[in-house]
Amino acid sequence: MNPDAVPPDRPESFRAAPVPRRSSLLLLPALAWLGLFFFVPLALMLAISFASRGTYGGVVWTLSLANYANVLDPLYLKVFLRSVLLASVTTALCLALGFPIAYYIARLPARRQGIWLLLVMIPFWTNFLVRTYAWIFILRTEGLMNQVLAGLGLIGSPVDVLYTETAIVIGLVYGYLPFMILPLYAAVERLPPSLVEAAWDLYASRWAVLWRVTVPLTKPGLVAGCILVFIPSLGAFITPDLMGGARTMMIGNLIQHEFLVARDWPFGSAISLLLMASVLLGLAIYLRAEGAGKRLAAGG
Amino acid sequence: MSRKHPWLLGASVANLLFLYAPIVVLMVFSFNASRLSAGWQGLTLQWYRLLLEDEALRLSVQNSLVVAVVSTVIATGLGVCAAVGLERHPFRGREVVEGAMLLPLVIPEIMMGVSLMLFFLLVKLPLSLITVTIGHAAFNVPIVLVIVRARLRKLDPSLEEAARDLGATPWRAFRRVTLPLLMPAIVGSVLLAFTISLDDFIVTFFTAGPGSTTLPLYVYSMVKSGVTPAINALSAILVLVSMSLIGASLALQRR
Repeated sequence: MNPDAVPPDRPESFRAAPVPRRSSLLLLPALAWLGLFFFVPLALMLAISFASRGTYGGVVWTLSLANYANVLDPLYLKVFLRSVLLASVTTALCLALGFPIAYYIARLPARRQGIWLLLVMIPFWTNFLVRTYAWIFILRTEGLMNQVLAGLGLIGSPVDVLYTETAIVIGLVYGYLPFMILPLYAAVERLPPSLVEAAWDLYASRWAVLWRVTVPLTKPGLVAGCILVFIPSLGAFITPDLMGGARTMMIGNLIQHEFLVARDWPFGSAISLLLMASVLLGLAIYLRAEGAGKRLAAGG
Repeated sequence: MSRKHPWLLGASVANLLFLYAPIVVLMVFSFNASRLSAGWQGLTLQWYRLLLEDEALRLSVQNSLVVAVVSTVIATGLGVCAAVGLERHPFRGREVVEGAMLLPLVIPEIMMGVSLMLFFLLVKLPLSLITVTIGHAAFNVPIVLVIVRARLRKLDPSLEEAARDLGATPWRAFRRVTLPLLMPAIVGSVLLAFTISLDDFIVTFFTAGPGSTTLPLYVYSMVKSGVTPAINALSAILVLVSMSLIGASLALQRR
């Protein structure tokens, strides 16, 4: 480069001047997009949840808590309770299924851990609808499971599993199991084997080692896994819609029903916001547990 | 440790069987000649041939690709800029801004779909491929942001400083030094955002209008109307497409 071309003020900029402050402006386009197409819709939903339904659907702007009170109607309360119950059972099953494999992977030699984690993740990359359909294909009355069971002479007449709560739980566990395995693996991997060995050396029983060493020290991972499974299960729509029946409605289906069938947007909004409130509550619990875990790690 | 607990290996293998068996069964039965698809009646490719002739399916694939390409381009542009903006200068309230931008990742997807639908209906924007694309771009921004920002954090700031010491303008230093180093993360997030858009059902379900059926919406309507071997065939294809796209995305992020 021709040195004569250097402008007179160049020497100053040689001292690697800090990046201009205006680089924060780069945030604006994304903030504008999310503001308009994420936060404004949410705010709108909050506003509508206090309004009431017009005669032909639509919204009449009033200020009332009627939509929230309506949730206490036993009919809707039952849907909420069922969702919480099914999401809890799903979480417990994921924990029971996920803990052994997470523990096994975390104690493998480091170079073999990667391939096992990949094996856990691969099915998860399949479209959720496809994974749900796979279970419909297996569980339905004329499906593979009944064929195999009948072929083995284990059942006389087909078992009706599809369109029950059991089917929903199977679908949810299948859908979200990797969400449990990955944080559990990360937690066990950080647990020093020497602590477990010390407990063995001190003649702790198998259960004592599990409950007094392994579980408390992997608690942040346990909580993370449970939250990561519980949240999407609670708000599930596809699984109960395709694998459940008319009497197994969950919150997700109720929201869809209120918006698209009953056309009661204010009530649908109120239910959606209650769902979000429970999710945020779960996250707050998770963040607190994580904070506690970090303090424990830093202190010990 | 594992040698002490052979049952751990057994439980782990059983776990993998649980994860893989349904997908394998699905794929195997896509070659089954039986229309009722329960018993095995020999190999056939007729269900795949049926898919090729399905005009509505072709249209839905086309719609899905248009939405995925456009929403990925928007989300990548916005997400990369935001990642740089967040990383460069600590400013007051940065954690709050970052947390807010990641919120779409944690709230139930159905809420995002329903609130967007309400918004579009109230501003009188007819539901179409445009509204679907807007929604997809919105949930993909945080995904690009997270991936690109993780890479930015790992970069050695002295590289860009060296370029600046040698007289490069901030923009030139960014374009010639930082951007090439970010490329693997950007391409990885493009592939991931593209796949998530292609696979999305819930946000699409609430923001699509008549004539804007995407591939997942089409699959949904097929599943709703009953089990046929053609769905198995379509599923088998989708499994392979998603897996290769995400596999490529992960390989690039690792580089």
